[in-house]
Amino acid sequence: MSIDLSQFHAVFFEESFEGLELMEASLLELDVDNPDSEQINSIFRAAHSIKGGSGTFGFVQVTEFTHILETLLDKIRDGDQALDADGIELFLQSVDCLRELLEALKSKQELDTQRADELAGVFQAVLDGGTYADSAKVVKMDTSVGEPVVAETIETNDDSALDEREPGASRQQIGFKIYFKPELDMLKGGNDPVRMLRELATLGEIKTTADATELPPLQVLVPDNCYLSWTIELLTTCAIDDVEEVFEWVEDECELSITPILEDSIAAVSSQSQDQPNDSKVKNSATSGQRLVMPSGPLPSLDDLQLPSPPESTDQSPPPVTVTDQAKTPVKAKSTKVEASSIRVGIDKVDSLINLVGELVITQSMLGQMGSAGDGITDEHIVNLREGLVQLEQNTRELQDSVMRIRMLPISFTFNRLPRMVRDISIQLGKQVQLELSGENTELDKTVMEKISDPMVHLIRNALDHGIEMPAQRRASGKPEMGTIVLNAFHQGGNIVIEMTDDGGGIDTERLLAKARTNGLVGESDQLTQEQKLELLFSPGLSTVEKVSDLSGRGVGMDVVRRNIQELNGSVEVSTEMGVGSTFRIRLPLTLAILDGQLVTVADQTYIFPLVSISESLQIDGNKVSNVAGGSDVYSLREEYIPILHLDRLFGLRQEIRTLQGSLLVVVESEGQKIGVVVDELLAQQQVVIKSLEDNYTRVLGVSGATILGDGTVAMIVDAVGLSSLAGNDIAAAKKMTDAAA
Amino acid sequence: MGTAKQEDTKSLLKHTASLADHANEQNFENQLQYLTFLMQDEEYGVDILNVQEIRGWGNVSPIPNAPAYVSGVINLRGAIVPVIDLRILFELSDSNYDENTVVIVLKVTTERVNRIMGIVVDSVSDVFTLSPTDKQPPPSVNQSVSREFIEGLTEVKGKMVILLDSERLLYLENNL
Repeated sequence: MSIDLSQFHAVFFEESFEGLELMEASLLELDVDNPDSEQINSIFRAAHSIKGGSGTFGFVQVTEFTHILETLLDKIRDGDQALDADGIELFLQSVDCLRELLEALKSKQELDTQRADELAGVFQAVLDGGTYADSAKVVKMDTSVGEPVVAETIETNDDSALDEREPGASRQQIGFKIYFKPELDMLKGGNDPVRMLRELATLGEIKTTADATELPPLQVLVPDNCYLSWTIELLTTCAIDDVEEVFEWVEDECELSITPILEDSIAAVSSQSQDQPNDSKVKNSATSGQRLVMPSGPLPSLDDLQLPSPPESTDQSPPPVTVTDQAKTPVKAKSTKVEASSIRVGIDKVDSLINLVGELVITQSMLGQMGSAGDGITDEHIVNLREGLVQLEQNTRELQDSVMRIRMLPISFTFNRLPRMVRDISIQLGKQVQLELSGENTELDKTVMEKISDPMVHLIRNALDHGIEMPAQRRASGKPEMGTIVLNAFHQGGNIVIEMTDDGGGIDTERLLAKARTNGLVGESDQLTQEQKLELLFSPGLSTVEKVSDLSGRGVGMDVVRRNIQELNGSVEVSTEMGVGSTFRIRLPLTLAILDGQLVTVADQTYIFPLVSISESLQIDGNKVSNVAGGSDVYSLREEYIPILHLDRLFGLRQEIRTLQGSLLVVVESEGQKIGVVVDELLAQQQVVIKSLEDNYTRVLGVSGATILGDGTVAMIVDAVGLSSLAGNDIAAAKKMTDAAA
Repeated sequence: MGTAKQEDTKSLLKHTASLADHANEQNFENQLQYLTFLMQDEEYGVDILNVQEIRGWGNVSPIPNAPAYVSGVINLRGAIVPVIDLRILFELSDSNYDENTVVIVLKVTTERVNRIMGIVVDSVSDVFTLSPTDKQPPPSVNQSVSREFIEGLTEVKGKMVILLDSERLLYLENNL
């Protein structure tokens, strides 16, 4: 009879993480001096949904923690409790803490509740009348000394009883007698009495009696109706508000009466329980409370069991539909197994997809009719057929666009994580920084988004650490003390461009150069252009900050950033002005599934170069080719020697040596190094769909994937980085020559 | 690829299907079905449950720097599927491509992954049913490459058939 609740876990976690994000965002936006009640409400709602959900699934630790959080929020909402900057800090910490708890639950790991207990203690102290800052201090002290105050709070938490201790009052009142009679159709609203009973059980000892007298005979029983009513005796020290809150969602769908039980009536309660020997075992556990309910109930309620549906606080107008997609990339190192991730897609996107499929079916049936329309083929047939094919082509293209759009998510998913980070780091560094976001609704592919978030975080950290100056320094140079980082995203061509601008001190290219010289990256006498100097920023092992902090400065950052972006077929460039600030511009393809390619032929085989990696194509002038030791050829291209790679030899296609004079050279860029690749012929440029070779084969060096051409044959996509490692010697030789010439 | 052969392949597949149905009916005997094919007049067999389809040879794009026995990749209705020439892998002297040359597409689904790969053989031959007791262990003297892919030997209509282990074939580049 039991339902496997674990099937709903994924939804719960997803919603909870969304809720946490919402809480975090609202907390950050919240103006402490003049809090917007709507924002506090949305924080409260998010906490409440998490509590409800975790209660349903029996994640007691989460329920307990959110409960105390919620109580405090409720007081703030009602204006009974003030909120200050320290309070927000505490709430943010609790968001982190909840996230950790949920992550642990999700990956079925051991829960570490120490932090939750500590925070709960702090909140309890605040509820007891302390200020946020003091409470935080007191608890920190207490946990080290182990003073009874905190011990007691934590203990009450373990009992799941929220202690709103009102001295004096608690002596008389020991609990509540609750009569709860749901309306017949309450279950249809998704509300489950069992869940409420379970929640009541977390408040204290409960004793539940179900009244099944209204239960009709089985023949006329409507399984969706709730015929039961309950009398519950709850022994608790909670305030009546907490009890009422359990029924908050169903207030107007039931008959409810809550009457306090006073101390002298305790005898009556206990004697009553002894009257019923069956109940003698029923003490204080939540499960036994339900067990009483179970046998007498018709139990349709469980079939209807679903997550409590809190009011949607997001402002998305079309109701989102969840589309599951098998994650192709292994998700984060943290989780050990590959999980199926899902995305939320607006219903409008799905609708348009369905429309397009409808059109496709119509076109198909039209073409099908033509195909079976008798044996004589007339000119008219051919005209119709052509029309049909044009239509089919259009349908296909639109369908492709639509399907791609499903994987597209607004970049705000990544951006939203950043304000919190900027806030935390700027506090840590003692700087004042504001983050301005624009273009958050720019959409890009989910897989691209997942991979771009780390490089972006890194760039922002760098800007905070190196870019923005200390307030005093900013004042001295006539700038506002508050530094600004602007993040802007927009579409340009088939790319998405993410710009990050800071108004900090700019990048000191001379220091970069000096550092590169001492590291031996640049020769003592080399003269570099401004651009080349900035390029140094992306070379491995270089950092201009003297002091290594835990944020940045180890010099392993920017080269990794660039490599990550290049792996996505994107590029990153930087411009800077001393004293004014710097701008990083990341350019990325909208999707990883489709690529703009240049088709070339080598030894009768077609290969594809990603268009972004090609810097130019030229015809070889024999006079500019030099041969260096070891048989490597280099080409002199505008004062730079670039290695010439022979794709036919590298790929083992043919061994004959061809004359270079007049052949075509495709110059591609790989990790900042230009390489020339000799090809036989340049063909068209076209969009190709990237297919994996690794699914059924292994990784091939020099090839990033394959695609299927219009004629159905398979063509390999050339990977410039892989090529250069295939031809390591040639490249080293060319570099030596460039160095020697300069 | 000639239409005659297409017809052949089709009827063979149909035959296979009907045999498979037949086998399902009396599955309790735990019988195995094998598809046999010829390479240099020797008859080899693979478990028919691992055979996805049989297609003509053609349109193979080479993979850069792959071992000689890897012919390349083909487009199998949108999936990129590698093709290995079993005749080269088994070091058989003669490996020409004529109108009988076929690619047997094998599919292995294990807990880890599903993998599809084509094997090039001289021609397909027959389908036969075998009970496990009829299977003999491979000869222990042979030290050639093909040895590790041989699951066993059996005799059909007086002729020896070499049974291959599809799973090991499909993972061969992992243990090169």
